[in-house]
Amino acid sequence: MILELLNLAWIFFKIGLFTFGGGYAMIPLMESELVGRGLIDVNMLYDFIGIAESTPGPIAINMATFIGNEAMVQYGFLARILGSIVMTTAVALPSFIIILLIASLGSQFLESRLVKEAFKGLKPTVIGLILSVSIGLMIRLIFPMISFKELVFDWSVFQFHNLVIFLILVLLSIRIKKISPIKMILIGAVLGMIIYSTF
Amino acid sequence: MKKPHHLLELFWVFFKIGAMTFGGGLAMMPIMRREVVETKGWVNDDDILKILVISESTPGVFAVNAATFIGYKIQGFMGALVSTLGVIIPSLITISIISFFILQFKSLILVQYAFYGIQAAVALLIFKAALKLSKKIHFDAFAWIVLLSSILFATFTQINVLWLLLVGALLGIIYGMIEQIKGAKS
Repeated sequence: MILELLNLAWIFFKIGLFTFGGGYAMIPLMESELVGRGLIDVNMLYDFIGIAESTPGPIAINMATFIGNEAMVQYGFLARILGSIVMTTAVALPSFIIILLIASLGSQFLESRLVKEAFKGLKPTVIGLILSVSIGLMIRLIFPMISFKELVFDWSVFQFHNLVIFLILVLLSIRIKKISPIKMILIGAVLGMIIYSTF
Repeated sequence: MKKPHHLLELFWVFFKIGAMTFGGGLAMMPIMRREVVETKGWVNDDDILKILVISESTPGVFAVNAATFIGYKIQGFMGALVSTLGVIIPSLITISIISFFILQFKSLILVQYAFYGIQAAVALLIFKAALKLSKKIHFDAFAWIVLLSSILFATFTQINVLWLLLVGALLGIIYGMIEQIKGAKS
């Protein structure tokens, strides 16, 4: 159990260390580090993200708490609490250390040319990663048997319900520019219940 | 600038900020500013601006960055620690409670339906977040090439995302060097 805990903590430490550009930038990392290694199921990841988005608190912290709890599920109540605490600490630690160094030593290092240039390459990379994850999720919702990564192209399974829900959400977000994430998720949930129970 | 009477006061202010923010990140900034600048007068707008700029060029969880930085400005290391704990603990409590009930909850068929819709909303939100981030960068040929390669490699290969990030950073540095050599020649 301890080994599992440390292993997962190391993954969350890496996620905290390599997240540039806010909570959403963490999702590609989580998909590759957690789903890619078979630690959680891809549907569970996105269900969690939906919940993390609609509960108070930073998404990254919410996700770490969730997955820490879930990963220790077979070891009982206390282990699950411990899992949450350890993962939350692990994901927050890189930020804490880096900002503490900057706050006490100054931020001159950030103004160096090298850092600026690295960010010129990092920013488009991060945007590409986030786009890729969202497109992957959209395709998986509509054609669940498609996997670009494993080169499986089975177009026969087609989730019409999900397509309808998705199109309504797209139309809504075009019509209402300033729709908050939590409202979007609530509308999604209601649409899911209505469309799946009626058709 | 004023100081908090007690570390607990600092903790409580950041606890409230953590408990009131949905979505985290920048959404937290107006609430944090109101609490620590306007109501308490512990730091000034300059400090708020500084942490925004620093967060642009450091990795990590934005809420933790902000709490650590502002906490440090107010009360040194202990301030940073207490503020960070304050901003994290509401999540830890709320999500732990939800985690213990989620499985029973998800066995209801209507809840499963809801989650199909939630995933569709999440897909759209992630997509919109990428668009929003892209407004913050200047798109020259270099940025386009990096962006498109990043999408292609992330979608069609199993290369670890961490490697893609490292390569992206390296490409930025190499491109900067090329630009500089070109600049020196002309």
